[in-house]
Amino acid sequence: MAEKTVPTMSGKQATGRETTRDQERYIQPPVDIYETPEGLTLLADLPGVAPGELDVRLEDSILTIRAKAKHAVTGEPIYREFELVNFFRQFELSDRVDQGKITARLNHGVLTLELPKAEKAKPRQITVQVEKAAA
Amino acid sequence: MATWDLFDGIEGLRRDIDQAFERMGPQFPMFRTAFLPGRAAREYPLINLYDEQNTLYMEALAPGADPSSFNISVAGGTLTLSGEKRRVPGEVKHEAFHREERAAGKFVRTIELPVEIDDSKVTAEYKNGLLLIGLPKAEKAKPRQINVQVT
Repeated sequence: MAEKTVPTMSGKQATGRETTRDQERYIQPPVDIYETPEGLTLLADLPGVAPGELDVRLEDSILTIRAKAKHAVTGEPIYREFELVNFFRQFELSDRVDQGKITARLNHGVLTLELPKAEKAKPRQITVQVEKAAA
Repeated sequence: MATWDLFDGIEGLRRDIDQAFERMGPQFPMFRTAFLPGRAAREYPLINLYDEQNTLYMEALAPGADPSSFNISVAGGTLTLSGEKRRVPGEVKHEAFHREERAAGKFVRTIELPVEIDDSKVTAEYKNGLLLIGLPKAEKAKPRQINVQVT
């Protein structure tokens, strides 16, 4: 799974954000990706994101995670260590991922994406035929 | 437990600078602090404090923490927050990871509160990965309206 650090700026894939022009700011959420025999699991930290503010999209093998985060409090800030801004990150999926079977869930500010492997990418056991030695 | 904090002054200065840039409007967003701490973060979780009339609110950035692991205690003007964030549910071998960017593990943090708190009425809520702690001010720390007698 290659990451689109520099999104292509041509045709349909022109989804990149240019921070110099855009009034909105984006940060890349930190992710963990691990592999199991069945597929890949991606975990992304998206604190402050309500389920309705999350947009996970797959187009032309490019997986886009986009989310809006909101602070939970009103009141006058008197001490600040972090700020919540919008999240944006893209990954390019290979054809070894079964793109029709991707599932996503959001729980306690963590997005879990299950990316099952396509049948042809799964490890297969090949049985070895043993010929009987000629008598 | 009053401790003299060398970084208090630095924090104040940083806030002043932030406010100065904020006044210039949203066209200078790059000067404001916005980041998510990774594994190398100094303190975890990061917190924000908000002041409302009678309550102080603390917001802690703790996505993916186990809600039952949270332990919050308030005593003598300090708040101690501890808990655990597991990297993944279950066991995953280290070799299976393609990317490991998220912060994980057990955490504990002690914060000195700026005002006196009514310890018995502290509330906490965990929502969308943010832990929100409501700290009602003690009676004598609340702002009071003083009537001016006209003679």
